[in-house]
Amino acid sequence: MTEPFDGKRWHDMGGAVAHPLMGPMPGDDHDFAIWEKRVDALVILSGLKGAFTVDGLRRVLEDMGEEAFETMTYYERWVASLNQNLLEAGTYSVAELAERMDAVRARGTTYGAASDAGV
Amino acid sequence: MPHDHHDHDHLSPSGHPYRADQDQGLTYWQVMEIAIRELMIEKGLVTAAEVQAQVDAMDARTPAQGAAVVARAWTDPAFRDRLLADGSAACAEMGFDVGPMKLIAVENTADTHNVVVCTLCSCYPRNLLGLPPDWYKSRAYRSRTVREPRKVLAEFGLTLPDDVTVRVHDSTADMRYLVVPARPAGTNGLDETALAALVTRDSMIGVGVAKAS
Repeated sequence: MTEPFDGKRWHDMGGAVAHPLMGPMPGDDHDFAIWEKRVDALVILSGLKGAFTVDGLRRVLEDMGEEAFETMTYYERWVASLNQNLLEAGTYSVAELAERMDAVRARGTTYGAASDAGV
Repeated sequence: MPHDHHDHDHLSPSGHPYRADQDQGLTYWQVMEIAIRELMIEKGLVTAAEVQAQVDAMDARTPAQGAAVVARAWTDPAFRDRLLADGSAACAEMGFDVGPMKLIAVENTADTHNVVVCTLCSCYPRNLLGLPPDWYKSRAYRSRTVREPRKVLAEFGLTLPDDVTVRVHDSTADMRYLVVPARPAGTNGLDETALAALVTRDSMIGVGVAKAS
């Protein structure tokens, strides 16, 4: 960071009307894809089960920084935060995740095909 | 221009366009979701049935729930008082669990208009309104609404007279706001169900008003 810190991190957007990355107000709503709804469900359930809290979710989202906000979709950022929090909680290891992601990819080239593991 | 949806072809049951990513190339993040979900199930943190139940509950939550609360407040002064005093408890009376968050209902009047934003993230009364619209999570809405609310509202088609005070409410992770829009004129003969049909999602966020009867 080259400029003096003004007391606000990137996610604290209130009032920053002249931000260089300001875009138009999005007009169209989209319905959420099933994978996005599942990410949301896994985050909510993680909270209900005590694996991590909304504060943990937000900490990772905010630490991902401004570039992630601009380049990743909402639930892409959420699944990345879900993963980081579960790794920290010890739910599974990096190696287990990598192995499983390889196995998922090997099942097919669409979300539907790759989801179908009979679980 | 942001708006509540009207009848279109190619919309999902919840009234929004489908996102075209269900049958296209598998993305890295989709692979991660599948892998995490399977590991969470195998480790015993969740069950597949619990995940499905959460998704079903999400699909069942629509702005109709918030609209029912507003219509009750319009027709039952005692309920309206309870809603403004303790939004969470009043919604629970109607069977709507807003979760551990504190729900604060704010009422539009002849001289005050309320609008809700979350400048820090995307906090939204999802248990009453469903998942937030895309614009609610945008940089434009989050940054501008607290600085130039009248201009933002005008872009949503809502131009307020200068003598109406605009109150902007910034949500936090621990509490949520619900705007109780003003009851439209000429609706004295309508029952609660008919009134609820006038209450739009946008009117409960404060970027719109209730429909005329």
